[in-house]
Amino acid sequence: MHPIIKLVVQRLSLGILLLFAASAMIFGLTEALPGDAAQAVLGQTATPESLANLREEMGLNEPAISRYFDWLGGIMTGDLGSSIVNRLDIAESVGKRLGNTLFLAFWAAVVSVPLAIFLGLLAVRYRDRWPDKLISAITLTTISIPEFLIGYVLVYFLAVKMGWGTALAMVNDSMSLGQKLNAIALPVLVLTLVVLAHMMRMTRAAILNVMQSAYIETAELKGLSVFNVIAKHAFPNAVSPIVNVVMLNLAYLVVGVVVVEVVFVYPGMGQFLVDAVTKRDVPVVLACGVIFAAIYIGLNMLADIISILANPRLRHPK
Amino acid sequence: MTNELDYLKRRAGQGKLSRREFLGKTSALGVSAAAAGTMFATAVHAEGPKKGGDFKIGSVGGESTNSLDPAAAASQVPYHNNYQWGDTLVGVDGSGAVTNILAESIESSADAKTWMFNIRKDVEFHNGKTLTAEDVVKTMERHSNEDSKSGALGIMKGIESMKAEGDVFSVTLKDANADLPYLMADYHLMIQPNGGMDAPDTGVGTGPYKMEVNEPGVRHVYSKFDGYWGSDAHFDSVEIIAINDSTARTAALQSGQVHAVNRVEPKVAGLLDRAPNINVMSTAGPGHYVFIMHADTAPFDNNELRLALKHAINREEMVDKILRGYGSVGNDMPINAAYPLFDTGIEQRAFDLAKAAEHYKASGHDGSPIILRVADGAFPGAVDAAALFQQTAAAAGIPLEIKREPNDGYWSEVWNKQPFCASYWGGRPVQDQMYSTAYLSTADWNDTRFKNAEFDALLIQARAELDGDKRKALYSQMGTMVRDEGGLICPMFNDFVEGVSTSVAGWNGNPNGDLMGGQMTRQCWFA
Repeated sequence: MHPIIKLVVQRLSLGILLLFAASAMIFGLTEALPGDAAQAVLGQTATPESLANLREEMGLNEPAISRYFDWLGGIMTGDLGSSIVNRLDIAESVGKRLGNTLFLAFWAAVVSVPLAIFLGLLAVRYRDRWPDKLISAITLTTISIPEFLIGYVLVYFLAVKMGWGTALAMVNDSMSLGQKLNAIALPVLVLTLVVLAHMMRMTRAAILNVMQSAYIETAELKGLSVFNVIAKHAFPNAVSPIVNVVMLNLAYLVVGVVVVEVVFVYPGMGQFLVDAVTKRDVPVVLACGVIFAAIYIGLNMLADIISILANPRLRHPK
Repeated sequence: MTNELDYLKRRAGQGKLSRREFLGKTSALGVSAAAAGTMFATAVHAEGPKKGGDFKIGSVGGESTNSLDPAAAASQVPYHNNYQWGDTLVGVDGSGAVTNILAESIESSADAKTWMFNIRKDVEFHNGKTLTAEDVVKTMERHSNEDSKSGALGIMKGIESMKAEGDVFSVTLKDANADLPYLMADYHLMIQPNGGMDAPDTGVGTGPYKMEVNEPGVRHVYSKFDGYWGSDAHFDSVEIIAINDSTARTAALQSGQVHAVNRVEPKVAGLLDRAPNINVMSTAGPGHYVFIMHADTAPFDNNELRLALKHAINREEMVDKILRGYGSVGNDMPINAAYPLFDTGIEQRAFDLAKAAEHYKASGHDGSPIILRVADGAFPGAVDAAALFQQTAAAAGIPLEIKREPNDGYWSEVWNKQPFCASYWGGRPVQDQMYSTAYLSTADWNDTRFKNAEFDALLIQARAELDGDKRKALYSQMGTMVRDEGGLICPMFNDFVEGVSTSVAGWNGNPNGDLMGGQMTRQCWFA
C-alpha cells in the first residue's frame, strides 16, 4: 500500500476512536452538571409533580448508561435523534446551524487566509522596514483586543453611527447570497482581524527561517527578484508549519466563535450548543460536540497530509 | 398658541412625538400635564390605527431549546410567541381589570365556587376548525391533569371539575376563589384545538398572527391571520428575533433593524432615550428583586435576625444604583401599588442601622458570618446589590458573607434550596395569586419557608370574600404579616424598561408583562 494511503487509513481509524472517546466524555460531563433537563426547562415554575411528569416524558428515569448506548445505537444508524426539550429533529436543526457556521467560517477564511499569507510574504520582503513593522503592529493590536470588544466597536461606528453594515447578522434561507454577504460583513471583518495575526506571523517566521538556507542564496545569485525567490523557493518549503496554523485557525472559525455569534446574533452552532448545555439537552450537546470534534480532527488530519505532500522527504520515505 | 398646539397634536397623532416630548413641549405652552396627557391620547387615537407593515421585536430570553408548546413557555420569547398565535380566555388590562378575549362574558355563583364563561361564537382556529367550549375544557385539562408538565400547573390545582355545556365553559372549584378569572388569564393557557392534546407545539390557535417560520433561538415569523375574530392587530407580519445580548439588542434598535426591544439595561436607558428615533418606555410592574431567607432554617428561624437584616438594607440606594431610578423601593412584602386592592397605608420600612443593630443584638446570633448566595442570573445587578447589602450590614455589625454561585443551575441548585440567596419574582396579576404561589404554607414555591397558619386562614378567607373593601383589609393584614414576620427582604420593585422606535404608535404600558404584557403586536401600529 502506498504510504500516504496507509497513513490516511491509520489516521481515519484513530480519528473515529477519538470521536467515541469524545462522545463518552461529553456525555459524562453533561451528566455530571448539576440539575437535569426537566429542571432546566421548568426553572422557577417547577413543581414536584410537573417535574416528575416531564422527566418521565423525556426518558430521564432510565439509567445514564442505557441512555448513552441508545444514543450510540442511533448514531450508528445515522439517526441523531430528537431534542428532549423541544422535540425538534436534531439532524434538521443542527444542519441549519452548521450550515450557517460553515458559511461564516468559509467567508472569513476566504478573506483572512490569503490576506494573512500575502501580508506575511510582504513582511518578509520588507523585513525590519516600515511595512513589516506596520503590518505586525496592526495585526498584533487586533489580536490583542478581545473579539467582543472589536465587535461592539465596529457595530457602534459602522452600523449605528454610519449606517453601513447591519448590527444583526441574521441570515435565513429566503435571503439572496448578496443579502447574506451584506449581513455577515461585520462578523467576517471581526473574525478576520482576530485570526490574521497568528497566520501572518507564522508565515513570516517560517519563511524567514527558510531564507537562511543555501538554496535561497543560489536563487538570489541566479538573479531572481526578491518576491519571486520568496514565492517560488521559500514558500513551498515553509508550507508545513503555515498549513498547521491555518488549519488551527480554520478550526477556530468553526468551533470557537460563540462570542462573535452572540454579539452579532448570528444563528450558528456556538449559541446552539450553549443553549443545549444550559437546558441539559444531552442528545443535542452530544451531536454538537461530536460534530465539533470531527471538524477538529478532520482539519488536523488534513494539515498533516498536506505537509507530507508538500515535503518530498516525507512523501518518499526510505 | 393654538396653532402651535395643533401642530404638536398632529405630530403626536402621526407618532412623531412621544408622550414625554408632547408633555414637555405643551407644558412650555402653559398646558397642565394632566390636560396634555388627555390631549396626547386623543391626538394619537384620533389619527387612528393604520394597518400594515412588518413589525420586528428584539427580545431577550430566546433559546434554541424553545418549543411552541404554550405549556413549556418560561422565558420572554416563548411568552411573546404565545400571544401571537394564541388567545387566552380572558386577559388583564393595564389598569388591572379583567377583559374578555375568547370569553364573551363571565358569571359566577354567589359563593364564587362555580364560574361560567360564555365562549365567543364564530371564532376560527388557524387550521379552519371553529372554537367550541370543548376545546377550552381540553386545554384546561391538558394544563392541569396528572400528566401535566405545564408551567401553569401550580395555579390550576384548586379546580375540582370542568365541563362544557353548549357555548358555556364552567369551572367548579374546591374552595371559593373570587379571582378565578385572573388565573385563566395566565399566559400558558392559550386555547388550542382539542386543547393541544394531539399536537401541542404546532402554534395553531385563534390568535391574530399565524406561524410562518419557527426557528427556536433565532426568530419566529408570523403573518396576519385572515380569519382573526378581533378588530385589533394591525400589522401584516410580526417577527420576534431572539437577541439575548443586551448591547446587541440596543444596537439593533438604534440601527433600525427592530422596532422594539425589551429589557433595556437601566444604565444605558438614559443614553438610549436621547437617540432621536427611540423612546424609552418605563412601566411600573409587580416584578421585584429579593433576598430570601428560609424562615425555618437556622439562623434565619430567628425573627429578630430577620428583622435585623431587613433594617440593614438601604433600599433607596439600591433603587438608585442598581435600577438607576427605573423602579421603586420595596417594603419586604411581594405586593406594591401595581396590584388591585393594595393598601397604601402600610408603613414603609426604612433603612435604620440603629434598629438593625438592636435587633441583631436581640437575636443573640453568635457572630459567625451569614452566607448570602448570589449569581448574576438571579436578577440583573444581583452581585452588586449583594455587595451594597454587605456594606450596610457591616455598618450595623452584621457579618454578611457573599458566596458567588454560577448562573448555570442557579434555579435548580441554589434557589429554593439554600437558606439565603438572591432571587426575583415576576409578580402575578392579583395578590391572591402571588400569596398562594409563594407564601401559603403548602405552596411548592414557598421560597421563604413562610409557614403561618393564621396567614393561610386569612388567605382562604380573602379568596372567598366578594366585598372589595373587606378583601382589601384582609390583604393589608396579610401584607403586614409577611413584612414583619416573613423571610422576604424585598429592597426594590423593578420597572419594565423598553425601547420603542418612534415609528410605532399606540403604546400603552401594562404592568403584567414586558412589551405591554405581550399585547404590543395587537395594540400598536406604524404611525
